[in-house]
Amino acid sequence: MTLLEVNNISKTFPGRNGAIVRAVSDVSFCVEDGEVLGVVGESGCGKSTLGRSLLRLIEPSAGEVLYEGRDIIGLNRKDMKSVRRDLQIIFQDPFGSLNPRHKVGHLIGEPLDVHDIGSRTQRLEKVKELVEIVGLPQNAIDRYPHEFSGGQRQRIAIARALALDPKLIVADEAVSALDVSIQSQIINLIAKLQKRLSLSIIFISHDLSVIRHVSDRIAVMYLGRIVEIGPTERVMANPRHPYTHSLLSAIPRVGEKKSRSNLSGEVPDPSDPPSGCAFHSRCPKVMDICKQVRPKLMTHFTDVGGEVACHLFDK
Amino acid sequence: MRLAPASLLSIQDLWIDVGSRPVIEGLSLSVKPGEMLGLVGESGCGKSVTALAIARLLDEPPMRIRKGHVFFDGEDVLAKSERELEQLRGNRIAMIFQEPMTSLNPVFTVGDQIAEVVLLHRQSDKTAANKRAIELLSRVGIPAPEQAVQKYPHEMSGGQRQRAMIAIALACDPELLIADEPTTALDVTVQAQILELLDDLRQETGMAVLLITHDLGVVSQYCARVAVMYGGRVVEEALADELFSKPKHRYTEALLKTIPASNQPGTELPAIPGTVPPPGARPKGCAFHPRCAVATEICLSSMPELINQTHSFRCWNPVE
Ligand SMILES: Nc1ncnc2c1ncn2[C@@H]1O[C@H](COP(=O)(O)OP(=O)(O)OP(=O)(O)O)[C@@H](O)[C@H]1O
Ligand SMILES: Nc1ncnc2c1ncn2[C@@H]1O[C@H](COP(=O)(O)OP(=O)(O)OP(=O)(O)O)[C@@H](O)[C@H]1O
Ligand SMILES: [Mg+2]
Ligand SMILES: [Mg+2]
Repeated sequence: MTLLEVNNISKTFPGRNGAIVRAVSDVSFCVEDGEVLGVVGESGCGKSTLGRSLLRLIEPSAGEVLYEGRDIIGLNRKDMKSVRRDLQIIFQDPFGSLNPRHKVGHLIGEPLDVHDIGSRTQRLEKVKELVEIVGLPQNAIDRYPHEFSGGQRQRIAIARALALDPKLIVADEAVSALDVSIQSQIINLIAKLQKRLSLSIIFISHDLSVIRHVSDRIAVMYLGRIVEIGPTERVMANPRHPYTHSLLSAIPRVGEKKSRSNLSGEVPDPSDPPSGCAFHSRCPKVMDICKQVRPKLMTHFTDVGGEVACHLFDK
Repeated sequence: MRLAPASLLSIQDLWIDVGSRPVIEGLSLSVKPGEMLGLVGESGCGKSVTALAIARLLDEPPMRIRKGHVFFDGEDVLAKSERELEQLRGNRIAMIFQEPMTSLNPVFTVGDQIAEVVLLHRQSDKTAANKRAIELLSRVGIPAPEQAVQKYPHEMSGGQRQRAMIAIALACDPELLIADEPTTALDVTVQAQILELLDDLRQETGMAVLLITHDLGVVSQYCARVAVMYGGRVVEEALADELFSKPKHRYTEALLKTIPASNQPGTELPAIPGTVPPPGARPKGCAFHPRCAVATEICLSSMPELINQTHSFRCWNPVE
């Protein structure tokens, strides 16, 4: 079953000197029940803007977001509040997102208070249960966030996101600020909870090795658009878009000899994106048509699955 | 006291405190001329403090060097006067950091900042120094260097600023470049470009590079030799190929197993329990013992010496 269907979402911001920053342009995809969709791309490609737009933490400029078949973009406050219970988000910096003046128990139970769920004792029970499932000690309830390490604060943020039994969680760089040894603990926790609660997760990260590990499908973004989307195995073993290819080969991997990177330059300014395919200015396989016509994200290979936006595969 | 010249930099039994808490606890490390040595370790293990100590740029106080030696080209940096240090820094020893914006001066053009270093350390006039600035910007791969010298740091992208920092560092042909997380703030495609640039420069000029990072993949691909830090000490050091294929220390072994890229997608990652202890809370004996799966009695009370071999490690129960 499709849980979330995103159709042609765009978000622009006013930029400097009257320019328009096209942070997200015309993005469409689906998330199935219990599926983990990884969203990967370099800084500024619009991952966070996309994640936030889906939950209407910022209002998208255009497009629709169908949650269980219903478009949530036009919903009024009251209706949105009930939908929001099902859609939660976890951020990169758990410290910034946890009010330092509140005890951990209060922080985890706060969503229950806001939505007025259960009696006091029931809420306390729920908080205790959440503390348990994210692997925090029970005495954490009466302590403050600053008494915890980065990894443990991320556990607090996860417990809080789970308080309302959501169906979908957007995890925006949820493990990016953590050390390797802590990162693996949190990845394991998220994976375990995802299976146990059959959660759908949109897992946003700039780190393709993390994305590869946790995702069923991967969407690769470049300058506000999805350039390739498909099953993890296929995208990793057989990347079709030249950008996906470059991204993969740029990751330094232990024990592998380095291959020289084939990408020059940096990501262009999203308020002045290149014509045609936005990647053409850096693409090692650029053709004339790439500078003029923007390729559509579409299925080119019936055998392999997924979609690519690239003229190399024009028939 | 002078030292055999095989190493350009040789740190011996260095101890540094912050307030009353030890941060660096008997660190030894050496860098040979022309090599790129990788110094890896998780946050808070003391990588940056070590880097700053080499150039004597620590905040003293609260930091205090309690004992040890830092030999650079045979002379102990810790015994030098501030005047002697000034002749060393930016000249024979150069540094670059994670966030170039904080080390570049926002009110001067990039060209002026390079020229300033040239004028400070070399017999040179303004015109020659400006010419050198253009040359250096071109060398580090900045397009249209004649125009780029006129730019202010905020007019450049993150990757270009890091290139400009490298140009400043190269201004006086240093023998040692200390690069502290030079690519951590950059995108992977730009990271690859910057690391390749550093490696090319090392080969061409013969400068040695101390590359500090928390990314094992980076050291594996760019460094010939690697030192792994934990709790203020080097716990293992070896040739990169050797260290990554046959780690000896239990921490290195665990760290390598835990990285997502070494595992099948979707499987549970072999996690290391607990967290990295901060200075002041490091346990007695081997600092890794509370998180180690095979710790024995002796690990709780004492730390083995780092034996000076081609593959050295401080572990009582090394991987066979
Ligand atoms: N509130 C805002 N006002 C103006 N521009 C914005 C705003 N938020 C984001 N942008 C711009 O939109 C683009 C996309 O930003 P976004 O934060 O979504 O990228 P990202 O992929 O999450 O990057 P990162 O990996 O750095 O987190 C960037 O160019 C950014 O500068
Ligand atoms: N000026 C200072 N005052 C007090 N404590 C400090 C100071 N500088 C560093 N420390 C402490 O010393 C320890 C080692 O810090 P250092 O910056 O060397 O770590 P690192 O290995 O570079 O970590 P990271 O990967 O996060 O950069 C840390 O616990 C840090 O909090
Ligand atoms: Mg982001
Ligand atoms: Mg550091």
